[in-house]
Amino acid sequence: MQYLPNIFFALALLIGLGFFAMNIRKLYRNIKFGKDIFRKDKRSERLKNMMMIAIGQSKMVKRPLSGFLHIIVYLGFIIINIEVLEIIIDGLFGTHRVFKGYLGNGFYGFLIGTFEILAALVFVAIVIFWFRRNISNIKRFFSKEMKGWPKTDANNILYFEMILMSLFVVMNATDIPFQQAGIGNPISQFFVPFFDGFSSDLIHIIERSAWWSHILGILFFLNYLFYSKHLHILLAFPNTYFANLELKGKFNNLESVTKEVKIMMGQDADPYATPPEGAEETVPEKFGASDVADLNWVQLLNAYTCTECGRCTSACPANLTGKELSPRKIMMDTRDRIEEVGRNLDANKGVFIDDGKQLLNDYISPEELWACTSCNACVEECPVNIDPLSIITDMRRYLVMEESAAPQELNMMMTNIENNGAPWQFNQQDRLNWVNEE
Amino acid sequence: MNVPTMADMIAQEKQPEVLFWVGAAGSYDERAKKISRAFVKILHQANVDFAVLGTEESSTGDTAKRAGNEFLFQMQAMMNIEVLNGYNVKKIVTCDPHSFNTLKNEYPSLGGNYEVFHHTQFIQNLISEGRLKINDTTLKGKKITFHDPCYLGRANDVYESPRNLIRRLGVNLKEMKRNKSSALCCGAGGAQMFKDAEKGTKEINVLRTEDALETNPDIIATGCPYCNTMMTDGIKFIEKEAEVLVKDIAELIAEANHL
Repeated sequence: MQYLPNIFFALALLIGLGFFAMNIRKLYRNIKFGKDIFRKDKRSERLKNMMMIAIGQSKMVKRPLSGFLHIIVYLGFIIINIEVLEIIIDGLFGTHRVFKGYLGNGFYGFLIGTFEILAALVFVAIVIFWFRRNISNIKRFFSKEMKGWPKTDANNILYFEMILMSLFVVMNATDIPFQQAGIGNPISQFFVPFFDGFSSDLIHIIERSAWWSHILGILFFLNYLFYSKHLHILLAFPNTYFANLELKGKFNNLESVTKEVKIMMGQDADPYATPPEGAEETVPEKFGASDVADLNWVQLLNAYTCTECGRCTSACPANLTGKELSPRKIMMDTRDRIEEVGRNLDANKGVFIDDGKQLLNDYISPEELWACTSCNACVEECPVNIDPLSIITDMRRYLVMEESAAPQELNMMMTNIENNGAPWQFNQQDRLNWVNEE
Repeated sequence: MNVPTMADMIAQEKQPEVLFWVGAAGSYDERAKKISRAFVKILHQANVDFAVLGTEESSTGDTAKRAGNEFLFQMQAMMNIEVLNGYNVKKIVTCDPHSFNTLKNEYPSLGGNYEVFHHTQFIQNLISEGRLKINDTTLKGKKITFHDPCYLGRANDVYESPRNLIRRLGVNLKEMKRNKSSALCCGAGGAQMFKDAEKGTKEINVLRTEDALETNPDIIATGCPYCNTMMTDGIKFIEKEAEVLVKDIAELIAEANHL
């Protein structure tokens, strides 16, 4: 019977990590549902980007207050997790504060003391985040797309972190031998008086409860990630690594179009060539994107990485002037749709069965897409290099090339370019008139 | 005004140092034509051997591409590349950041490889090579703010060339609160120039003009014909056209040098 807690712990760990691994596999499958795009070149440049932007948080600090608070939470999260390692060993082997013996009282005290101070700082930062998100007048937290689940989700994460940090401190405050040693308790010592007058048995029960709740809470939180906007704590790293390295102004040239244009213009093509065997049956490639399957896997990774901070939207000229477009919503919609597709795959043994829906219209409206000025402010702002503009562009391509559904004025502009080589209706023969018009 | 075409040049068996890509706005838009002429005057003053394509120039396809019409873009690109490569063009300068971006970044994979400069970069090179001097007395003391064109700034990371030129004018350059990489778009990019805006609470160009007016400028400087139109319209909307001018950097330099 004395091994019961160890067995229960091992089981909880197994279930928690197993469920997490299962969800990561689904995540990977969903991301790979996107089209292929080559992003394995320039390794050192990619690594540098990841080091600077994800690990170094270089783009976060562009907004100093939230950037600074975020660094506290980020560092706290990483460093305090060293403590989780000890908890896991203790839990599996029935030891108590196993590192203490190996590290010695002094160093162990220093470590736990550091964790406690970080936990307190994280708690304060999280409380400020909560006020910013719920009480402040920061517009990006109160946009249309943040109503309902996104807001609940964001607050859930904040509450969770508050609880985890509190449990850590309570766990230390009620550890009688730890408090008696008096090393490594710079924060928890102030909470000891709360338990004055409690029997040592009760204090021990509280300590055990806090310890168990802490580790079970962490396992739960780990699995909550998959269902929340909080995946960025994992995906920010691959996302910055695989992000576009080209200048932001350089849009990709669709190769499928190049082939056709070359044939039309009589370049590199034999007009009398017979199509290869079976070519009649292949469906011609779709131009642009109307659903998540038409996007590439980096765009889908972007969608899963987005933590809905809204810096993109707060810099978007269209959004700032009251248009429907919000780059954050583009990412949230893309994520919602790929999740829906993922559930479809789950239900149909990995084969997507047409559900009569798509990203275009069912999630993102043409009105949103046509409001974009392609100014790259959203791309510039994103702290983890998400590129909403590439999705907008691909969807416009679908609207124009597959549906001929551009706004009428743009159709006129394009007709002018076709007819007289300028977006306005001027005679090409007048192109040099400006020279003598002074 | 002497503006030779590539066809003229080839007829005389000459190869100019640089091709001036005028762009649709620079060729047809009343306001932007003035920028083209101002830039040509600067090229003349610096004795730059240049030529234009004239009637052989056609839309780069930028607006078509941003609107989503990749077909039209690539058709335009391949047509232009045929002409440019036919004339053995190696170096291009343009006053239009959209043409600059497209020629520089999007033509290479379609077979058009050129060294492309925005006119502010080109003028800066002329100065560092000692071929041009800017008179810093004409506009001395004027309060100027610079609006970063998206396709020069964020799109291509060119923030300093225009500012270096402005500083040489002896003026008082004051930045807007949103500047350089966080500059707000004028509202014209992504083919918006050619359509009405979607329903909203405000026009983007008015918001950006308000940014500029916060610096209390005499002149709003730009480096893009489309930004110029948008800011000029913004100034008119706010009824400040009597107090604030919108000028391209090329125009300011031409004015400073009494060209």
